[in-house]
Amino acid sequence: MNGPFDFTLGLGDDALVAAQRLAEWTTRAPEMEEDIALANIALDQLGAARLLLTYAGELEGAGRDEDALAYLRDDREFRNALLVELPNGDFAVTMAKLFFLAAYQLPLYSALAGCADERLAAIGAKARKESAYHLDHGALWVKRLGDGTEESHRRMQSAVDEVWPYTHELFAADPAAPVDPATLRPAFDDTVGSVLAEATLTKPEGPWAPAGGRTGVHTEHLSYLLAEMQVLHRAHPGARW
Amino acid sequence: MYGNDFSAPADAADDTPGGGLLGEVEAAEAELRAAAARERRGGPAPDEDLAAYFDDVVGAEQKIEPRDWMPEAYRRTLIRQIAQHAHSEIIGMQPEGNWISRAPSLKRKAILLAKVQDEAGHGLYLYAAAETLGISRDELVQLLLDGRQKYSSIFNYPTLGWADVGAIGWLVDGAAIVNQVPLCRCSYGPYARAMIRVCKEESFHQRQGYEILHTLAHGTPAQKAMAQDAVDRWWYPSLAMFGPPDGDSTHSAQSMAWKIKRFSNDDLRQRFVDMCVGQAEVLGLRIPDEDLRWNEERQAYDYTQPDYDELMRVISGNGPCNRERMAHRRAAHADGAWVREAAAAYAAKRTEQKEKVAA
Repeated sequence: MNGPFDFTLGLGDDALVAAQRLAEWTTRAPEMEEDIALANIALDQLGAARLLLTYAGELEGAGRDEDALAYLRDDREFRNALLVELPNGDFAVTMAKLFFLAAYQLPLYSALAGCADERLAAIGAKARKESAYHLDHGALWVKRLGDGTEESHRRMQSAVDEVWPYTHELFAADPAAPVDPATLRPAFDDTVGSVLAEATLTKPEGPWAPAGGRTGVHTEHLSYLLAEMQVLHRAHPGARW
Repeated sequence: MYGNDFSAPADAADDTPGGGLLGEVEAAEAELRAAAARERRGGPAPDEDLAAYFDDVVGAEQKIEPRDWMPEAYRRTLIRQIAQHAHSEIIGMQPEGNWISRAPSLKRKAILLAKVQDEAGHGLYLYAAAETLGISRDELVQLLLDGRQKYSSIFNYPTLGWADVGAIGWLVDGAAIVNQVPLCRCSYGPYARAMIRVCKEESFHQRQGYEILHTLAHGTPAQKAMAQDAVDRWWYPSLAMFGPPDGDSTHSAQSMAWKIKRFSNDDLRQRFVDMCVGQAEVLGLRIPDEDLRWNEERQAYDYTQPDYDELMRVISGNGPCNRERMAHRRAAHADGAWVREAAAAYAAKRTEQKEKVAA
């Protein structure tokens, strides 16, 4: 059972780790315009992460600010879903991750905007507009790649197959949370169903549903991501930047 | 007449970096508007020589626009210069992009990511300005990938520490602005307008870099040492950004006559040095030049010239990172080919569908 602190921390970590992964594309995107778009989305995620982690720190009441939470926790203390920590892979894998994440974050932030907690409601109201753009962008690429060339179709289907199992964790029931993720599943399924159909892609099936991120049991990838992200901050304890 | 009103070194210490230069960008913008408002000659008279008309427009401080006749060499010079400027923005994303993943606070990460994104935007904007001269972005990008057009040599140096991000902002962006502010008054309209926008954003970047160094220089001893190390490594390459000394510069005289260029390499270099000295004092960092001193007679600082042999080595491809920068760019382009092909195929299918519906 998660209190508001764990819930807020989980969403903040989703956004932070997603930002870190998206920013890895900078200077590497297939088009200059796409370099700018991916940086935009990374900046949105980073902005949401900062608001959420700052608020999580206040809820905890132990004096931890956004940087203490981002830079001074180990992977076992991170609460992000596994989906966001998966490596970027090729552009199709990144778009599959982005599309599924946005299809989850949009209804999540929309619901949050109407929740009783004023701070979370304000964050949700701001972030949902950004998520709507992320979803547009991700969905458009899923369609372009799915219904583009033979090669792009093959890559996009394989990316969807690879990433899909990690979406289930996003909707694990948590009735005590400000927004119960289980209630977001129908909206997610609607979006994903129609976009994949238009993209001429097959929705994967199968029982495998890896999880553990919300309790701090991650994939092997997160520790490396954090090692890189935290190295400089940790090398200078107590320094201001 | 403005343009020689360099901020005096005595009060440079009180000046926020980029402040005086930003004023000049705004003055150039006002001048551009004024020039646009002034009645420009409607076009050459029927029996008038096109070259004479061109000279007349340039001489009257009016702007040449894409539709105007221009000498072929003027067009070629501008394409080369604008394209190399655009390439520099795109390649220049790499050294700073190197620190996005490790930025030491979330705020710094956001600022750096936004800055590198701005550079991509400048690149696109400049390629669009070059396209007004009758060449496509794809052609220009290919010239870069084939090594037939250059980018600023400064980006062939490595970013070895976080303070390098600050030093690039303060020194490299600072030098770029000193170089580019006069280009806001370039005779070619689309380039002048692009430069106004680019300079405004660059001056913001310069301030951010200065602020990074200021924080480090007033932080722990290790942070201060990191900042000094970065300034030590970036100072002379930044001076070299202004190009070879005037006596050896091959393109200068013609570009000056065409009002593409307004000041000589050495004049701009001097101006940059004079601007930096006061700022370094406020930062509490040392400029690595034992012979740097105020010359009362010249009303400017005497300084040690950068190593121009090194500059030539880097330009010819043998700097520390030339190979890596190009390999990175080529790999991104090659890895993205299937994505661009898919986008084109998808767009073609959509067009075909629309046509079927319409028919």
